[in-house]
Amino acid sequence: MTLIVNGETITVPDEVKTVSDLLSHFRLDNKLAIVEVNVRIIQKHEYGITTLANGDRVEIVHFVGGG
Amino acid sequence: MLKIGPYEFSSRLLLGTGKYPSLDVQKEAVEASGAEILTFAVRRMNIFSPEQPNFLEQLDLSKYKLLPNTAGAKTAEEAVRIARLAKASGLCDMIKVEVIGCDKTLLPDPVETLKAAEMLLEEGFIVLPYTSDDVVLARRLQELGCHAVMPGASPIGSGQGIINPLNLSFIIEQATVPVIVDAGIGGPADAVLAMELGADGVLLNTAVSGAADPVKMAKAMKLAIEAGRLGYEAGRIPKKRYASASSPMEGMSVV
Repeated sequence: MTLIVNGETITVPDEVKTVSDLLSHFRLDNKLAIVEVNVRIIQKHEYGITTLANGDRVEIVHFVGGG
Repeated sequence: MLKIGPYEFSSRLLLGTGKYPSLDVQKEAVEASGAEILTFAVRRMNIFSPEQPNFLEQLDLSKYKLLPNTAGAKTAEEAVRIARLAKASGLCDMIKVEVIGCDKTLLPDPVETLKAAEMLLEEGFIVLPYTSDDVVLARRLQELGCHAVMPGASPIGSGQGIINPLNLSFIIEQATVPVIVDAGIGGPADAVLAMELGADGVLLNTAVSGAADPVKMAKAMKLAIEAGRLGYEAGRIPKKRYASASSPMEGMSVV
């Protein structure tokens, strides 16, 4: 499956089916990450039930230093 | 106590978390500042380097309230999107609305700021807009229901200090919500002046993170803000044109 993650086109293995899988794939499970799929924010409790489809636009953001 | 929405703080210094020379220096500076509110920005994660250290993850979140900003937004809609992302972290419900209208001066876009504040208030956020030092705009934001207003002292990161104390004092005089002087503070004297004018707090970042010794400057700012506040509460003497002796006039025959 091909996704656009943070603006980059990325091919992920077939076992990546949900947002949870995607975060595990990138080893981000324990990170303070916030996820948006096709401009819809996915709440943490929805990670496991939110399935991804070919061409989905995913944003994975977090807090960085700022004023 | 500084009261913002439902929250109370004993420190009147709000500290930004950008541009520190290292995470260790940053941690020490945050500690030294005594700040209880820390600002953050929301940005894309580098998904290919999960091991990259992140300041927030090293922070004892029971000691601090997070104030994410909407920096990067140029429209109300963009600001709202960033604010929603920040809230989805489950770590905060305060938001610093920052909608920049000019790349060179980084001054806020008043129209978009007002629109964003209105939308975010409707969604239940605790809204603290970064605004210019315009008294009418500050009043309009306050009337919308913003929980504080944050007029800039001078352009972000410029270190020019308070370039228009008169305008700031107008905002402070008419305010019914806390006024937090945000942006442009250069040194402790600027922070003292803001507090002596009657501001409820000061938000600064570069003045500390860019100082030769950020930890020492964080401490200096803490003391400056406390001194300025005490001075304001104590009520300074009016300025007079001529001298008035501090020593008594009686018993002068010895000289």
